[in-house]
Amino acid sequence: MDKAAAPPDDTAIRLRGLSKTFGSGSTAVHALRDVDMTLRRGEVVGLVGPSGSGKSTLLKCLGAVVEPTAGRIEMGGQAVFDSASGGWLIDDLRALRRDRIGFIFQAPYLIPFLDVTDNVALLPMLAGHPDREARARARELLEALDVGHRLGVRVSLLSGGEQQRVAIARSLVNRPPVILADEPTAPLDSERALAVMRILEEMARRYGAAIIVVTHDEKIIPTFRRIYRIRDGRTVEEAGEGRSLGP
Amino acid sequence: MISLASRDIGHHLGRFVFTGVGLGLLIGVTLTMAGVYRGMVADGRAVIAASGADLWVVQQGTLGPWAEPSSVRDDAYRALAGLPGVAEVANAAYLTMQVPVRGRDVRVMLAGIEPGGLGEPAQLVAGRPLLRSHYEAVADEAAGLAIGDTVRIRRHEYAVVGLVRRATSSAGDPMLFIPLKDAQEVQFLKDNDSLVAERARTAANPALNRPGIPGLLDAVLASQNAGRSVNAVLVRVAPGYPPEEVKAEIGRWKHLTAWTRADMEDILVAKLIATSARQIGMFLAILAVVSAAIVAFIIYTMTLNKQREIAVLKLIGARDRSIAAMILQQALALGLIGFLVGQLAALVWAPYFPKHVLLEPGDALRGLAATLLVCAVASLLAIRAALRVDPADAIGG
Ligand SMILES: Nc1ncnc2c1ncn2[C@@H]1O[C@H](COP(=O)(O)OP(=O)(O)OP(=O)(O)O)[C@@H](O)[C@H]1O
Ligand SMILES: [Mg+2]
Repeated sequence: MDKAAAPPDDTAIRLRGLSKTFGSGSTAVHALRDVDMTLRRGEVVGLVGPSGSGKSTLLKCLGAVVEPTAGRIEMGGQAVFDSASGGWLIDDLRALRRDRIGFIFQAPYLIPFLDVTDNVALLPMLAGHPDREARARARELLEALDVGHRLGVRVSLLSGGEQQRVAIARSLVNRPPVILADEPTAPLDSERALAVMRILEEMARRYGAAIIVVTHDEKIIPTFRRIYRIRDGRTVEEAGEGRSLGP
Repeated sequence: MISLASRDIGHHLGRFVFTGVGLGLLIGVTLTMAGVYRGMVADGRAVIAASGADLWVVQQGTLGPWAEPSSVRDDAYRALAGLPGVAEVANAAYLTMQVPVRGRDVRVMLAGIEPGGLGEPAQLVAGRPLLRSHYEAVADEAAGLAIGDTVRIRRHEYAVVGLVRRATSSAGDPMLFIPLKDAQEVQFLKDNDSLVAERARTAANPALNRPGIPGLLDAVLASQNAGRSVNAVLVRVAPGYPPEEVKAEIGRWKHLTAWTRADMEDILVAKLIATSARQIGMFLAILAVVSAAIVAFIIYTMTLNKQREIAVLKLIGARDRSIAAMILQQALALGLIGFLVGQLAALVWAPYFPKHVLLEPGDALRGLAATLLVCAVASLLAIRAALRVDPADAIGG
């Protein structure tokens, strides 16, 4: 329904005047102040800033697990949050997260008691797809991400890099227009970090997702074409180097 | 949709099964306690059934012959036999004592019966019933005697001629049937020394041993040993007569008290074991609470250890319902393992209990229901904790 209402432009997510204040009075923390941000489908954007600047808070607002204090969030042209209209405009935030947002974390946060395939297939299953179809989708992505040879293995037996690729597959499997990645390369060496960025670039292009990557990681900052710098809750957009990641 | 509960259990199978077995032993104890109670009830009924009577006539105002001492003159049965509705009467004597069986003392209930009369065990599993009026015995299997054995009771040796099954006193002691006269002797006759001493005392009494009246002393001595007693007169009621009426008739005319089967059940099952039943009830309650605490603790810890996974599940769109179901299913699975282990354990160890442990399928079903209920309740704490987990925690700081 909402897809039909989407305008023909390729905006995946748009923030207008987004603010978040924790607490009130003298102890209030203004974690986000008047943030504007627009992400297009298929692009990977960096979100860079010092510790405590509000990066995680921004991801939580986008991920619909923290309610912004003010502002407006649109996904695919549809307003999902508007403080002027009383807050969240969608009743079922879990379905919103499940169907329209992918999450990648610093640690892969896989479900240890599920095997590789089911860690990924769980999401389409939660969305109500039959098990077979969900697993087929999971396998396809896992193969595209080069972990197709470890499908039935327990995730705790995978290497760190393999786990991270399983997590990426999980974030992509429901084809969300937006993927939020919090320091996805932090535990990896520079070669692997660049490999993960290459995968994200390719996945963004192939599946038409907007990927926002929070990072401190100097190794990967030069790879972004667009970067939002955040400081004390305020964002500034700048052009990145957009260094080619090769094939 | 995959079963999160079973996958998680599979992931921690060792710990899960180990806990289930521990819980199972506890449940096994619980089921055994219930079995002990059932055994007591069954024993109470067994002694009633073993006598085959419709009425027990006992000393006036007593709950005899088993729950209270009762003494009835052994010629009272003649008057009872003449009452309307009485088809058959027989004297019976009961006493509990220790007899030596193969070098160890076994506690038995001695039942003195008239061979061929009421009170005889209905079905033998081996051998023959009592035929002679002296020095034969029919024993319950549980006494550990075999046909051909001899057992010494006080002054005499008794030959075991038959065996019966499940004839026990309400306390669970195996019964040993012997001829009534022998039982009376065991119960009421004095030993030789005291007889001699009593004779001497009587002879030394100038009032009873008058040189001028020959024969007086002998008459006194004879009367001292003449009046014999039994503990009860068993009555079989003729068809067409309600036992209640015959009971009332006896109570009205004979200065005796009669009990029907229903009365006996009430005396032996309800009254006699009431305290033990409450005791067992206490144990059951405590065991249920302890089991609940164990399940709650285990499921709660398992849930706390999964907080991060639960946050991730919520973040990626799993419903509270699915997460609660996962925890509930784990608790129920734990309960099920526990119950199966418990039932198995109870079946294995019940025969080794000194008392009769009667495991009834109905109790097993009730135990299963109670276990599952307790597990479901115990999982509530963990479910509450899981529902409180914030999906934002998955994203971290
Ligand atoms: N739930 C909360 N309650 C109160 N204050 C919070 C809460 N979450 C974040 N903050 C505050 O908001 C500010 C921004 O925090 P945030 O976690 O977004 O920083 P960050 O940029 O992710 O830092 P880091 O790089 O260290 O992860 C900090 O001052 C933090 O203390
Ligand atoms: Mg952070």
